[in-house]
Amino acid sequence: MTVVEERPAPPAAPPPRRPNRLWALLRNSWRQLTSMRTALVLLFLLAVAAIPGSIFPQRAVDSQRVTEYYAAHPKLAPVLERLGGFEVYASPWFASIYLLLFTSLIGCVIPRLLDHIRALRLAPPDAPKRFDRLPQSAPSVESAMTPAEAAAMLRKRRFRVKLREHEDGSVTVSAEKGHLKETGNLIFHFALLAVLIGVGFGHWYGWHGNRILVAGADQGFCNSLAQYDDSTLGPRVDAADLPNFCLTLDKFEASYQPDTGQPKGFEATVGVSENDGPVKTREFTVNDPLRLHHANVHLIGHGYAVTVRFTDRYGASQTKTVPFLPVDGMFTSEGVAQFPDVNIDPKTDRRDPALQMGFEGRYLPTVGTGATSTYPAENAPALFLTAYRGDLGLDVGTPGSVYSLDQGQIETGDLKNVSGERPHELKLGETWTLDDGTKLEFLGTRPYATLAIRYDPTQSLILVGAVLGLIGLMLSLGGHRRRVWFRALPASPDSSGGTLLAAGGLPRTDYPGFADEFAALVKAAEEGNP
Amino acid sequence: MAELSNQLMAVTVLAYLAAMVLYAGEYAFGAKSRIGRAAVLPARELVGAGAPVPDDQPPSPVAVVPNSGRAEWVGRAAVGFNLLALLLHLGTLVTRGIAADRMPWGNMYEYILSATFVGSAVWAGVLLRRPALRHIGLFVSLALVLLLGADGMIAYTPVGPLVPALQSYWFIIHVSTIILASGILLIGAVPAAMFLIRDGYDRGKRRFPYTLGKSLPDATLLERLTFRLHAFAFPLFTFGALIAGPIWAEASWGRYWNWDPKEVWAFISWVVYAGYLHARATPSVKRTVATWIALLGFATMLMNLFGVNLFFSGLHSYANAGGM
Repeated sequence: MTVVEERPAPPAAPPPRRPNRLWALLRNSWRQLTSMRTALVLLFLLAVAAIPGSIFPQRAVDSQRVTEYYAAHPKLAPVLERLGGFEVYASPWFASIYLLLFTSLIGCVIPRLLDHIRALRLAPPDAPKRFDRLPQSAPSVESAMTPAEAAAMLRKRRFRVKLREHEDGSVTVSAEKGHLKETGNLIFHFALLAVLIGVGFGHWYGWHGNRILVAGADQGFCNSLAQYDDSTLGPRVDAADLPNFCLTLDKFEASYQPDTGQPKGFEATVGVSENDGPVKTREFTVNDPLRLHHANVHLIGHGYAVTVRFTDRYGASQTKTVPFLPVDGMFTSEGVAQFPDVNIDPKTDRRDPALQMGFEGRYLPTVGTGATSTYPAENAPALFLTAYRGDLGLDVGTPGSVYSLDQGQIETGDLKNVSGERPHELKLGETWTLDDGTKLEFLGTRPYATLAIRYDPTQSLILVGAVLGLIGLMLSLGGHRRRVWFRALPASPDSSGGTLLAAGGLPRTDYPGFADEFAALVKAAEEGNP
Repeated sequence: MAELSNQLMAVTVLAYLAAMVLYAGEYAFGAKSRIGRAAVLPARELVGAGAPVPDDQPPSPVAVVPNSGRAEWVGRAAVGFNLLALLLHLGTLVTRGIAADRMPWGNMYEYILSATFVGSAVWAGVLLRRPALRHIGLFVSLALVLLLGADGMIAYTPVGPLVPALQSYWFIIHVSTIILASGILLIGAVPAAMFLIRDGYDRGKRRFPYTLGKSLPDATLLERLTFRLHAFAFPLFTFGALIAGPIWAEASWGRYWNWDPKEVWAFISWVVYAGYLHARATPSVKRTVATWIALLGFATMLMNLFGVNLFFSGLHSYANAGGM
């Protein structure tokens, strides 16, 4: 990443006593790696390597879509999987590019840092013999300023200045300005390194989980791994390290546009108890997360959980509240209520796997004429369910979705549809009596909130790094390094008392405004304007 | 008010179109007195057309040619229509904002409307400070007509309130800086392309796009303008996309960086533009190569503006593309 502007050539290395081929190879490879050309190539590789991550679904972003991709492209998906196509940003090839890039960066900025520190401690170099060879120069004119005054004038304009008296009686003023450009440049690149390290540590020591929290004190959640719907711990985090807190969703309010049903606002009210302390009521919403000690709770979605009561053929009843997942903006929601432990004969106390019950279907908060909801709030709620009887397949132990029945069981015929093709409609409070006399009652609904709970220990550090990087970037893009010299020749006997000052200027970067600045400096010296 | 905004939008496009036609007229009928071309000019004057170009660039020689009148008037009328179109563009945005009672960048239609406005305003600023660059106007107005036309036809969305996910003050900070930065970066591609054409022409290339080069401003001037626009927009883009964006993402989605398609492409654009700035600062890399990198950055910005919204769905999907 070396931006060579005008770096003096490195002093020629002394000829090696014993040419060592391995050493030469290593040294040349290192030089090659830290060259600007390589850095540019690596930058482009990084850009190109990032593209697949926007084309293929990413597991870290949305694992559901990866599963869908598998279903849609059964041949291609495993190949992509092996190439890291579903985890581009965690893949070895992506990592190798950015690690090489950062190695190249380190190999470039550390020598530059040393150079820069040296340059900061050195006085500006003495004036060249001839000013007319420089991009900017002004011939000797009688000036109101002595060299010392000219030096003070330049110092006032925040130049670094060195006054030198020569043996021939001439005095030179050397001035240099714009070291902030290189300082900013180095700050920017070191900030990038800090951000990368921060991201790495955040990955190691952070954790996150998702959880659907249904309203009601009986549906509370405590922060332990088992209670999450899905969760990921960083490699250096142990399940026992998770902070101790419990949440209950006391209230969830959503408001919508009356005509279009577009959401207007959400508000979740929760009871929070941290470290087994007293329960406090807190409110949070989208864009305004609940910040706890070492955990942030974000509201990322909501929906309806349906409460149904099933009464089996022996008269025993069970009540369940199950979240249904919204499938469109009007909250047409899909879900399933499963009753594996029903129809147990009280005489034998034995469970008949062929008599387990499952109800699958949709919940519509506002029923219209079609099969989908027409408004997201509960204006005319109804359930549309299909009843299944048989083995739900829950005892096998393979983890399946809790929002749909096991399709494999239905295909093998172990789980049978017992209510016909058309789903049965159940209004609020209605009871549905099945063919064998068992009953399903639609008791009501409760709102639920989808929570993302996260902890990233380094995110504020990364923010500081990013802001520093931006400041460095602006300094480096806005700054201009330039040198200005004045030379006063020894006074000749016929002079009228003023000093004869000649000036020269050298912009060290592309700086179109330098001519004006130089002219202003020369004028200031001539007129004695400090 | 929403109705008025839509009508203003149509008139804006027509005004840009008129400016474009007039720029083209000047382009076609005016002999171009460009810097460093004073020598060929007498011959051109005989043909009867010569547009003087007021040029306040100190280092470049000013070529003043007797005014032929017609072409000059056409050029002035083009600038007039361009500025009028800019005002109408502003009117479209303001009425849209009043109609929706919020900042007018809540969906893709409004976003493009705002980004093109920034681009157009930057161009107007350049035009007023450097009248020598007037000939670029043809390409700028062409780009604006195309972008606004596509916006109105593909991405139009009726006025509506913001979804809760966008109800945050970061909405104003994040989106406005990105709009500003994208607008400048998009407009920065115009002098970049002009530079490549002019430079190719100067080096003796006479195939089609390079034939346009003879009427373009000085290559160094174009190259410097390209760099300054990019050097100004890059930190803005860094702030908008890589600082303000992640801060908001942390508050809204819980994670500061999600590798959402929009983020991926912003990252790609950032990396490519960083490559441009590095290439330009390296003496061993030719300025033409660096400028090609800037144009590649422009392509990635377009991909992010249109492609990502149309082809991919992701967290930024509420920037809906009018039902597409």
